Amino acid sequence: MWLYEKKLEYPVRVGKKDLKMAKYILTQFGGPNGELSAAIRYLSQRYSMPTGRAKGVLTDIGTEELAHWEMIATMIYKLTKGATPEEIRRADLGSTYAIWDKGIFPSDSNGVPWTSAYINTMGDPIADLHEDMAAEQKARATYENLINLTDDVDLQDALKFLREREVVHFQRFGETLDHLQGYMNGKKYF
Amino acid sequence: MDQLGLKLLREVQELEFALIELNLYLDTHPDDEAALSTFNKLSTRYAEVRRAYEEQVGPLVNYGHSGPVREPWRWIEEPWPWEIEY
Ligand SMILES: [Fe+2]
Repeated sequence: MWLYEKKLEYPVRVGKKDLKMAKYILTQFGGPNGELSAAIRYLSQRYSMPTGRAKGVLTDIGTEELAHWEMIATMIYKLTKGATPEEIRRADLGSTYAIWDKGIFPSDSNGVPWTSAYINTMGDPIADLHEDMAAEQKARATYENLINLTDDVDLQDALKFLREREVVHFQRFGETLDHLQGYMNGKKYF
Repeated sequence: MDQLGLKLLREVQELEFALIELNLYLDTHPDDEAALSTFNKLSTRYAEVRRAYEEQVGPLVNYGHSGPVREPWRWIEEPWPWEIEY
């Protein structure tokens, strides 16, 4: 069961309309290292975890990723708010507008649709946790790229928040990996 | 949303953020008593601030988790989270 909380995890502000930046950020909505990939990855992997602790970490981080997914959509919504077809054409985003209007479709910045091929559920807890740690680093790097692409300090503030969360998630997954390795070694020898 | 609503929302976000952090930390450090006691302290405060926010703005959580509500049904009131200007 999931509940919806009618609020963002962290306030999203934007300083100005910026259609190009909205398109760059779209990759964190439906791209390979985006928040949708993260949520679906962790929430799918939890069923084959052997310990309560690992199930808990994947449930809690997977749920937080959904909150980040909503923050990303909010950035795109605000960056494109009030844009006219003429402005969209001048920002060279006519092809996006022709297909999706101003709908926020889960794709990467180039319009490639989201696919579960971006994630894996190996059923092997050690392999899955390694994937998760790598995914957090890839997401961190993506946020750094996005921060470099804008001089909007309000937008940067929310992007920096999300970048920090990836660092924390990486840390928690690392601790979970240690715990799982200990658990599995213990099982083997005792 | 009015100024008081925004101020309370900010407090809700701050407290919940601290609780998210502590929750994830406790997942991997379940025996840390100091963290658990901070979690409990903040969780009590969180319930109070949520109540104040919901009184001012409307329910935060769907499916009855925000407790009994008065008329009218405020859940569907705008702004939705992505529409809020901070
Ligand atoms: Fe993450």
